Amino acid sequence: MTQSEVDYSDVQGLVRFGYKLMTEASYVLLRVRDVAAARSWLRSAAVTSAVAMNPPPSSAMQVAFTADGLKALDVSASVVGGFSAEFLAGVTEENRSRRLGDVGSNAPSRWGWGYSANVPHLLVMFFSVPGQLQAFIQASTGNVWKEAFQELRWLDTADLNGLEPFGFPDGISQPQIDWTRERDVTSAQIDYSNIAALGEFLLGYPNEYNKYTDRPVIDANSASAALLPAEDAPDKKDVGRNGTYLVLRQLSQDVRGFWQFIYRQAGGNAAEVEQLAAALVGRTRAGDPLVPLREQAIPGVGPDQIRQNQFTFDKDPSGRRCPFGAHIRRANPRNTDYPGRPDNLITRLITMLGFGPKGFRDDLTSSVRFHRILRRGREYGPELSPSDALAPAPPDDPERGLHFICLNANILRQFEFLQNAWIANTKFSALTGESDPLLGNREPIPPFPAAADFNRQEDGGLRRRVSGLPQFITVRGAAYFFLPGLRALRYFAGAGNT
Amino acid sequence: MTPQSSFMVLAAIDSEREADLRQLLASMNDAPGRVNANNALIPFGQCDTLHFARLVILNDKTVNDVREYGLPTRTYPMYLAFLGDVDGDADAFLEELARLAPKGLSSLFSCCEGFTPETDLLAWMKKHSARPIASYVNWRGRTVRRIREEAILREALEDHIQSHSAALSNLPPREIRATLQRFVNAEKSAGRLTLTTENSTPIGWWIRNLLHLIGLPFLFLLASPLLIVMAPFIIIRLRWLEKTDPEVCPRVDQAYSDEMAKLEDRDVTNQFTAMGSLKPGIVRLWTVIFVLLVVDYGARHIFTRGRLARVRTIHFARWVFLDARKRMVFFSNYDGTVESYMDDFINKAGFGLNAVFSNGIGYPRTNWLVRDGCADEQKYKNYLRRHTLPTQVWYKAYPGLTATDLERNARIRRDLESLSLSEQETREWVALL
Repeated sequence: MTQSEVDYSDVQGLVRFGYKLMTEASYVLLRVRDVAAARSWLRSAAVTSAVAMNPPPSSAMQVAFTADGLKALDVSASVVGGFSAEFLAGVTEENRSRRLGDVGSNAPSRWGWGYSANVPHLLVMFFSVPGQLQAFIQASTGNVWKEAFQELRWLDTADLNGLEPFGFPDGISQPQIDWTRERDVTSAQIDYSNIAALGEFLLGYPNEYNKYTDRPVIDANSASAALLPAEDAPDKKDVGRNGTYLVLRQLSQDVRGFWQFIYRQAGGNAAEVEQLAAALVGRTRAGDPLVPLREQAIPGVGPDQIRQNQFTFDKDPSGRRCPFGAHIRRANPRNTDYPGRPDNLITRLITMLGFGPKGFRDDLTSSVRFHRILRRGREYGPELSPSDALAPAPPDDPERGLHFICLNANILRQFEFLQNAWIANTKFSALTGESDPLLGNREPIPPFPAAADFNRQEDGGLRRRVSGLPQFITVRGAAYFFLPGLRALRYFAGAGNT
Repeated sequence: MTPQSSFMVLAAIDSEREADLRQLLASMNDAPGRVNANNALIPFGQCDTLHFARLVILNDKTVNDVREYGLPTRTYPMYLAFLGDVDGDADAFLEELARLAPKGLSSLFSCCEGFTPETDLLAWMKKHSARPIASYVNWRGRTVRRIREEAILREALEDHIQSHSAALSNLPPREIRATLQRFVNAEKSAGRLTLTTENSTPIGWWIRNLLHLIGLPFLFLLASPLLIVMAPFIIIRLRWLEKTDPEVCPRVDQAYSDEMAKLEDRDVTNQFTAMGSLKPGIVRLWTVIFVLLVVDYGARHIFTRGRLARVRTIHFARWVFLDARKRMVFFSNYDGTVESYMDDFINKAGFGLNAVFSNGIGYPRTNWLVRDGCADEQKYKNYLRRHTLPTQVWYKAYPGLTATDLERNARIRRDLESLSLSEQETREWVALL
């Protein structure tokens, strides 16, 4: 069956592009002050679509809404209620915080924004090529804007030349979206692939289970006339189609703490400093993985990404090259549906019945294809090199960090699963007493002390353990947004008017 | 080897005493989802052979789903279930419990029908026992005592390695092991470490297990002519049923889900209690009984070493029929969040899950009994969450430890004590530390 192609003009550009050439960006969190004015601004807002342009545009604007935001715009309760439970409850829901590790110093009650009265309604993101951002923001906002919105907070970003504040290349590994829906997701995945079903990143299309993720699907009427029909219910209109969820987390990074800790652990030995830092991340500061590249190509890893992404951890089953707990091994274990790659029906059946590989660490991690996210974050704060980071902080040391942004069609199964089962989990991959070396909050799990270790396996020798890892990253604010398709955005802007 | 067994006391709650019972149950916790191991009613912490225990009010919110199948709605009593997994004989454990906490148990059961101050507690508990149709133990023979001793052993080794890392790190694997063996022996002599050797397997249990191992396939063989004749009819009927049985998988009420979430993720392990009505008709009943007998057989004789098919996160699980096999309840203790638990099942053991649970009312549509079903991920998750019950009191004897932790600790101990290890095995052992 040939699938209708995705209407890129209905998709916000961020889903398809990272806007790398637009090195300047600023995000603003808004609360609706006046509903009519807010809708009026939204109707005329020049939101950038995912249509490829030549030459590429010099600026872009994207708009996303929280559940509170949709309610504030008087979008009907039956429509809002069709969104996912985690979007509706929000990231600060108490039980969710426990799962995400947003406790202790990460607790929502300590956030600068995103909690209680500080929950934003809208996120508007401005991107531009160097030198034009302020003018673009000026031109995009205008008088109606001031009437419509209360600006809760501006989140400025910094261009650190592709590095995140600790000094490692950021966003190297991204899933490749199967825009044309060519990949067969129904058969078991035996070999690692970097290609993900369209429905993992856009609502209204089949996901990795070949199912349509829940979203608001409504009756056709004059208000919803412009919306696209639902593929799985053609007589209904799909509010979710071409939209996706956007998770925003402001992660403050203690750059000085990070490098000073590593420097102390390494006894000041420059080579050992680099090695330990690379072990924590799972890549060198040049972005190279710690495991050897595969000779065989990986679907969805382009020719320009071979050096940094044509690898899996299959050749490092004992974790001696890349520690099991290294950040990138947690965030993407690069595994498949079955351990040991059973390539025929019989071996697969044997594995399925539990008679496959029996090693201590075999088959502990969920198949990664159900847990991918598309990262679109940007850094903030001034650059600080690892050597400068060794100096004590001046009294007015500015905050540095990452405005972490990820896109996914199912927050629970993608972002939250990844954050909980892989990043925060102190038992990931049969480890114990350690959480993600970068993102972990080091909170204890009674009766055990704080989970603040990091272990490196040695060839035939004892593991080398780093203990007392401080918390390097603190959550300062977060929210779950819906990044609608452009038709849905206009539908929200017209809500209640008709 | 000391085999594990399970107990479950099941009694209808006196509807007038429900509120009192809930209050009593709450009094056993320090906070929601956090039991006080030394609570005044049942001090679980004093039971050296108890792995897991729970007290849960069985109140099925989905009981009216039977209407979708054209069945009359029935009213069932609300039950109190008190269950646990123990080392050795379950009856012996109940006797110990009746001695340890007669007052607490009596005050709990006095909220149930038919329990008066004159009632003989032990006899009443035995009379109200409910046997599972199938049950699973992560690691047959691994006692609470062994788990605790091995956890202490690992910690002692860890501390020793950490404080002697400079001396140890340059040694070859065999010498590291020899050094650590000497350390452990010294600690044992000084009385700071205990590593109890296994008890011998009770002869009665051994014979029963052997009879089960041979007997069930034998009975199956005997019945096979009949089964072969009936199979086509059953298959045709099942195919028709699975194509027409209505699905009942609406989204879960958020408040209900939150109520359960409040009790979850307080430890690395979680409890799970789910119940529902079985689909009508004898074919469905026979199917579920047959599948569960197979599961039980597999769990008893094949999957006794840390894995239920591919799933490695379950400590104990069991299926119990209720109300003359009109309803079923499933209990388990698993590592990780409920989300990862459900994913594990869908992606690793979906076939087994479908074969059992698709005989429950409302389950997502299957194909040849084992396919599809839970692969409709969101429907399945809605279905499961909707059938899940809040577990009021839940005890685990080894907080902070996952099934994988237990396996690691057991491997550390086994190969520490092993008389001959190859070079490769020694390297792998060192890597576990």
